[in-house]
Amino acid sequence: MGGFIENLNGFADFAHIVPEILIVLWGSAVLVADLASKGSIKRSALGWMAGLGMIGILVVTWLLRPTDFAAHQVFGGMIRDDMWTWAFRVLFTVGAALTCIASVDFRPAKAGGEYYALVILAAMAMSLMAASTDIVMLYLATETASIALYLLAGFMRGSKLSAEAGLKYFVFGAVASTVMLYGLSLMFGLSGGSTGYEAIAQKLSSPELRTPALFSALLVLVGFAFKTSAVPFHFWAPDVYQGAPTPVAGFISTASKAAGFAILLRFLYYVLPPNASVAALAWVSLLRPFAVLTLLVGSLSALMQKNVKRMLAYSSVAQAGYVLMGVAAFAASSVPEQREQALAAVLFYLATYMVTNIGAFTVVGIVSQKAGGDDFKDFAGLARRSPYTALAMTAAMLSLLGAPPMVGFVGKLFLFRSAIGAYQQTTDVFFLAMVIVGVLMVLVSVFYYLGVVKAMFVDRAEGDAKPMYLSSAVRLVAVVTGLGMLVTTLLSGPLFEIATSAARAFLTSGQFVSQLLK
Amino acid sequence: MEQGILNGIPLHFFLIVAAGLFCIGLYGVLGRKNAIAMLMGVELMLNAVNINLIAFWRYVRPETPAALAFVAFVFVVAAAEAAVGLALIISVYRNTKSVDPEKLDQMKF
Repeated sequence: MGGFIENLNGFADFAHIVPEILIVLWGSAVLVADLASKGSIKRSALGWMAGLGMIGILVVTWLLRPTDFAAHQVFGGMIRDDMWTWAFRVLFTVGAALTCIASVDFRPAKAGGEYYALVILAAMAMSLMAASTDIVMLYLATETASIALYLLAGFMRGSKLSAEAGLKYFVFGAVASTVMLYGLSLMFGLSGGSTGYEAIAQKLSSPELRTPALFSALLVLVGFAFKTSAVPFHFWAPDVYQGAPTPVAGFISTASKAAGFAILLRFLYYVLPPNASVAALAWVSLLRPFAVLTLLVGSLSALMQKNVKRMLAYSSVAQAGYVLMGVAAFAASSVPEQREQALAAVLFYLATYMVTNIGAFTVVGIVSQKAGGDDFKDFAGLARRSPYTALAMTAAMLSLLGAPPMVGFVGKLFLFRSAIGAYQQTTDVFFLAMVIVGVLMVLVSVFYYLGVVKAMFVDRAEGDAKPMYLSSAVRLVAVVTGLGMLVTTLLSGPLFEIATSAARAFLTSGQFVSQLLK
Repeated sequence: MEQGILNGIPLHFFLIVAAGLFCIGLYGVLGRKNAIAMLMGVELMLNAVNINLIAFWRYVRPETPAALAFVAFVFVVAAAEAAVGLALIISVYRNTKSVDPEKLDQMKF
């Protein structure tokens, strides 16, 4: 950041954050529309405005797709604009659009302009998280996203559960991010006052800094583990998901988690490049037990839940375990192709998980309003009340489980392949163990995912012959996510190509990097 | 470095004070039974970070203002966090008439 003034070349840098600028403008527009009309615009109209605007921004972002693997370090190296950043932008925009539209008919939240503005601004902060290559930017983007999500989790002011969820999320999040910040401040000192990732990486690679570098890296890891809800920093997840407004829980479990992985990967690769220092190696080897523990704890705890939202929370912890498996494979392999494959597998999985889980949470949101709760028993007889809702939920559960032909199967296949590749290359038995635990946990997850399906199709409830009214917003989200799960399976080839290009751009050093390293 | 009252105090003194402050803050968050006291603990932890950053600025790289800007950003984030934290505490208090986090046990499996 020291070079900010010299490197600020007019307004050219702003061209690299056009999607973020549009998102901020749109978020403000929604807020102002609500305020200026003094509440005469209906809440649902604001939701549609927010969601459709995000779809418009998605189109613009898609058109701005980078055609090469070039990396642009802009704003004095604080932000790195490349295809990897672009891919995450697309993810977060889709996530925010679906969340806004799914919230239109989630009545308990009484979502007004400020609710939609917070969702949209959180998406903006998340894409900056994916872009940041500077510890100041990393901290600011992470906190902007987190603070918006704390408010959203506690948004239902009259609900004890939501207030509790908001406060718990806040306390966990504030401590985790402050521990991370403390680690960053130590890194800042160790690197002789540098804030850019590459400059820090260069300084930290000297052998005499081994112990303090490892210590500060561990502190930073706490913040990332919180964001990705990896064990042992997952305790907030079940309570927050259960208490938060259901669409927000969907947003936190997908977009926020993806953003956590985005910063983890950037930090891992740029600040602690594998083989660069002993501290980096130690950190890399830590990822493997983390992945296995996250898988085990998430899957086994999900088995014991009676509430579907809590089950989905633990399942999302387990899903983070699968993604961590890919991250560990990425960090351990030294062959560029394998690294690229593992990285692409992680990105692909996060994308498919986003579509699937937002769909699942949308259905849970409908059921909790119509049946008065979100326990397994409230799903009884859903197939008779609303066959299409039950079908959408079944599709989501099968995809989360990883059953063909749903897209979750393809995603899991790529992740397992990258882990097996890492095993073949490093002949580290830990990778083999990881794959075996992963397969076993898929088998375990059959019980809790299909538990929902059984409740919907086999169990009966009183009055389940009465059909359920579905609003157009909910229908749209269910259709988009349901079709998304099938279409992404059919298009998994081209989509994985895009993910691979993004991974290649991630691994390319930019001009600014070589400039810094001089 | 210009003459000043701080001359002669080595860098690690500042770091030790910051580490102590950080630990007190962490103890405050984990050990206190009042949500507002927990919030104060978080603020102490953030101030420990600020001491670290300022000390590193003065001793490691006094010629660039990067650390000062970083500290200003940490202030802003701390203020935003305190505002949101207090709002959430009020929301909890209105619902439960208590700010004791241990009484927040609506959700269990």
